[in-house]
Amino acid sequence: MTVKRLRGLLLLPLVLLSGCHLALLDPSGDVARQQSDIMIVTTLITLLIVVPVLVAIGIIGWRYRASNKQAHYDAHWDHSPSLELLVWAAPLVIIIAVGAISWIGTHQVDPYRPLTRVAPGQPVAADVKPLEVDVVSLRWKWLFFYPQYGIATVNQLAAPVDRPIRFKLTSDEMMDAFSIPELAGMIYTMPGMQTMLHAVINKPGQYQGFSANYSGAGFTDMRFTFEGMSPQDFDSWIAKARAAGGTLDLQAYEQLRQPERDAGTHAWASFEPDLYTRILERCVDASQTCMSQTMSADTHAGDAMQDMPGMHDDHAAKPAAMQAAETH
Amino acid sequence: MSSMAVDTAQSRFLCLKEPHAHNGTLLGFWIYLMSDCFIFASLFACYAVLGTSTAGGPTAAQVLDLHGLAINTALLLVSSVTFGFAMLEMARKNKGAVMLWLAVSGLLAAGFVTLEIHEFLGMIADGAGPGRSAFLSSFFTLVGTHGLHVSVGILWLIVLMTQLGKFGLTDANIRRMQCLSMFWHFLDLVWVGVFSFVYLTGVLR
Amino acid sequence: MLEPTNHPAARSFLFGRLTLDSLPFLQPDLEGRIVLVTLCAVMLGGLAVLGLITKKRLWGYLWNEWFTSVDHKKLGIMYMILGTVMLLRGFADAIMMRAQQAIAFGPNMGYLPPEHYDQIFTAHGSIMIFFVAMAYIVGLINYVMPLQIGSRDVAFPFLNNLSFWFTFWGAITFMVSLFVGDFSTAGWLGYPPVSELQQGPGVDYYIWGLQLSGVGTLLSGVNFVVTIIKMRAPGMTMMKMPVFTWTSLCTSGLIIATFPVLTATLLLLSLDRYIGTHFFTSDFGGNVMMYINLIWVWGHPEVYILILPIFGIYSEIVPTFSGKPLFGYSSMVYATCAIMILSYLVWLHHFFTMGSGADVNSFFSLTTMIISIPTGVKIFNWLFTMYRGRVHFTVPMLWTMGFLFTFTIGGMTGVMLSVAPADFLLHNSLFLIAHFHNVIIGGVVFGVFAGVNYWFPKAFGFKLDEFWGKASFWFWQIGFWLAFGPLYIMGLMGVTRRLSHFDNPALQPYFIVAGIGAALIALGIGSFIIQIGISILRRKQYAVGGDPWNGRTLEWATSSPPPDYNFAFVPNVHERDAWMDMKKHGYQRPLTGFNDIHMPKNTATGVVIGVLSFACCFGLVWYIWWLAAVCFVGVIVASIAHTYNYHRDYHIPKAEVDSFEHSGNWQDAAQGANA
Repeated sequence: MTVKRLRGLLLLPLVLLSGCHLALLDPSGDVARQQSDIMIVTTLITLLIVVPVLVAIGIIGWRYRASNKQAHYDAHWDHSPSLELLVWAAPLVIIIAVGAISWIGTHQVDPYRPLTRVAPGQPVAADVKPLEVDVVSLRWKWLFFYPQYGIATVNQLAAPVDRPIRFKLTSDEMMDAFSIPELAGMIYTMPGMQTMLHAVINKPGQYQGFSANYSGAGFTDMRFTFEGMSPQDFDSWIAKARAAGGTLDLQAYEQLRQPERDAGTHAWASFEPDLYTRILERCVDASQTCMSQTMSADTHAGDAMQDMPGMHDDHAAKPAAMQAAETH
Repeated sequence: MSSMAVDTAQSRFLCLKEPHAHNGTLLGFWIYLMSDCFIFASLFACYAVLGTSTAGGPTAAQVLDLHGLAINTALLLVSSVTFGFAMLEMARKNKGAVMLWLAVSGLLAAGFVTLEIHEFLGMIADGAGPGRSAFLSSFFTLVGTHGLHVSVGILWLIVLMTQLGKFGLTDANIRRMQCLSMFWHFLDLVWVGVFSFVYLTGVLR
Repeated sequence: MLEPTNHPAARSFLFGRLTLDSLPFLQPDLEGRIVLVTLCAVMLGGLAVLGLITKKRLWGYLWNEWFTSVDHKKLGIMYMILGTVMLLRGFADAIMMRAQQAIAFGPNMGYLPPEHYDQIFTAHGSIMIFFVAMAYIVGLINYVMPLQIGSRDVAFPFLNNLSFWFTFWGAITFMVSLFVGDFSTAGWLGYPPVSELQQGPGVDYYIWGLQLSGVGTLLSGVNFVVTIIKMRAPGMTMMKMPVFTWTSLCTSGLIIATFPVLTATLLLLSLDRYIGTHFFTSDFGGNVMMYINLIWVWGHPEVYILILPIFGIYSEIVPTFSGKPLFGYSSMVYATCAIMILSYLVWLHHFFTMGSGADVNSFFSLTTMIISIPTGVKIFNWLFTMYRGRVHFTVPMLWTMGFLFTFTIGGMTGVMLSVAPADFLLHNSLFLIAHFHNVIIGGVVFGVFAGVNYWFPKAFGFKLDEFWGKASFWFWQIGFWLAFGPLYIMGLMGVTRRLSHFDNPALQPYFIVAGIGAALIALGIGSFIIQIGISILRRKQYAVGGDPWNGRTLEWATSSPPPDYNFAFVPNVHERDAWMDMKKHGYQRPLTGFNDIHMPKNTATGVVIGVLSFACCFGLVWYIWWLAAVCFVGVIVASIAHTYNYHRDYHIPKAEVDSFEHSGNWQDAAQGANA
């Protein structure tokens, strides 16, 4: 693999310099690895022009220093059509190359696109169903639902190696970015909206996950561990969560969503089935209308104003939180 | 260097007579209006994104009143025409007529603002205030910002009328009239945008 | 940490929500003590300065000659002073962050609780952009551009004064938040939901401080464009304008096209906060993404607003010290215009990771990369200007060399970030932080120091000390790489930004190195201040004439410092490097035959409107409605009153011109070149 060799070329000095694992240059998930490859290849292409420029800065500066009377001095030389063509064309060529790679790569590793392979040369088998995880960022912790297994966890995420994972993500109140650098590039989580991420982990191990978008005072502690496991270990991990017992119902969620710093981990054996959807549609509180209902009400709205529910009892319909926000 | 050569160099490189100063006021004001366009553009963009986010509240078709709108629009457009008359009279140096047409324009614009405030108060009383939904937030802000501009225009017009009365059609006042005229027609233009984009499409939707 | 005094019961008519609890220096905690010490230092320093001014009876002088001045040169200098003071404040924030991150590992939580740390990174970013970089840019354009086009002043001298006071009081609004209340924690762009949900005055300080300075900047932009279009010396066609003037024009165009968007966006945010609209809320149909798009529609062109005039500065310095005209002038102009237009088409690259879809991301990825083409052209053109030249490595040229080296690398990491798939990994990491500091310090800051060293002799009639200038350069250059090299590496490890505490002890050495780098930069700033101080002490020794560097453009055609009227006779331009052309033809300045010169009068309106606007904003921040209302009306009344003043200019009699043209400022000027 050429990229592999190139990676070695680039990694060597950096590793010597850092003595630490540069996750972004040698990640453990196939999606992150593709992104990393694109980064490395495009960087090397840009270096084709950057290195000569850096050398030229030194050479020209040294050679044409005022004290060097040997150097040719031409006080009037201020244009040259061929050189100007060159200075426009050279960066253009580089950018065409980098741009093409970026264009193709952006589509290839689009986080919304279901995976077609789990590793180079290893397509997803037809019978493999991706692991589904629904993610909610809370203040300031991560809530994960495993709808296929019925469990829910806080700040604990695990997945079997080489099995595609499909994340659906939203947020309770703040805007965060779900980020596990070793697994795949990050994606924002936003209240009332859903984003998606497809990824796969190829090596067993423990990897750090965190929020990569500032979301308030407890943001620093919004970390979790992501574990890549063998399928057997994953099954026993699920069993352990189930054994913990407990149900994440609406009351428990109301408790959970209160802001909390440096939250620990937790697991529930089961959860209210439509909890994720209700968080996404901002109607965990039963007094609130879910967004999809509001929208369908909007599209079927009659034309008389009095038909609109909530038209005249504006404040009564407003949840307490919103009223509080208005008084600030 | 002979003094001859020095003199030639001096006359070649210097304007020995003070050149006539250009006045950039009209250009500057025009550029300012262009920047104002970007404020309106942002508000229009917000309305385009949020205009259907009614959050269960009333839709555009339910709250917008086309009859009031017709009168409103007529007032504002006619005030542009009367302002044009004022400018014509200014070219004829007819101060009395200028003042008259300015007063008419001001009154028409005041009528526009009054109707708009009336519309706003009615909507708020019906529970369709700016805090009801994102649609109403963007509606009130877009239309209100235009209304605020018109109000500023009226204040400016009053000030300028007193200055015309006191100092007459001086160069400075003529320049100010030209600026206000641009402002006035600009607000008309923005209103045409508001009218078609907010009211017409809102009601048709 | 303060509890926000938000409860309606805690509000009074007289003081709004401002209570004694809002004063952090009265709080018994650590933050309170830090603020108290800072306050005492500021008070003592302030009192000392005020006392000195009073003792030396300088108030009248300052008022008449500076505060009410409409002279673009004096306003330019005031902007530069404001920028330097705010640099110290912004840098103090930087040092505090570096210190926190260097020690807050494992059980050690550092000395700053998150609420305080978050205010610091917000203040650092917004102050550095709005009140340091912008103040420096507007200051340099103000000082240099009218001289370069052979004009006597800008098109709207009063507006210029007003712009300065808006910017000044915007900065004061930020500074007041340090001692009264708290500041925003929402980052330098005030992203919701944090900026929507943070209670207390912090975000409101941020909003109103930026609104004030934003209006000031917008007026400056309008002013500069009209000045360049209308007030160029006869014969100076567009393609004969100096490149710095060209870049000033493009930057001003960008200001006009983008600052209104900032004003509108902040207005919508304040409506959400003050009257409960739903633009960027999570409920009732509001949309957070709307804010992020709008703010970056302003925010990305903003970085080009900063860098374009800086490119102009380098384009003046390189030819001057290479003894050669700029290589590829037209390429340079077209590249500037291309950057200006493209900068409007790239904003989405700041949030590839928001899930916009592959087509949208690819489009913005490409437009972003395309910007690097004209930028690359500029680098080549500077190199070819040095090629076959005689390069004098004076302090401005040293900064330029440092820039070429540093900025090229920053540009490369920028291209890395513009590749959307790579950005999914690099976004919001310390790599990003290192990148934009690389281009802003390596580009803008280096350029400002280059420009200051280059034009200081013009503004004050004496050169800056070489030794301390070089010391400053090397401290900055080495300090920069020590401070941000480790951030590049940690970024590649996946470490994200804005963290106030770390678990992984392996990172600590990197942060310590970064802290040492920041300390070196502190020495660089210190050397710069010593450089100014020593040069003032040795001003006799360092005195120069009108043209100390053998310059090429018109600002060097007049005395140092130039007279109020800039040029006794307006120049007549024939060639691109107009002053070089004049020198070649044996031009000698005339000593007789002067005319009366028409100049704008000073006015106090700018000061009055500035103070009232600040008081109005302070009232709005603290819900002191009567104060806000009274001051708002005051601003309107003052503006109207100003329009009743029809006598805004006067003539400098030819006798006065004559006596200045024979005065001390011209002593050594006749034979300028001693570079």
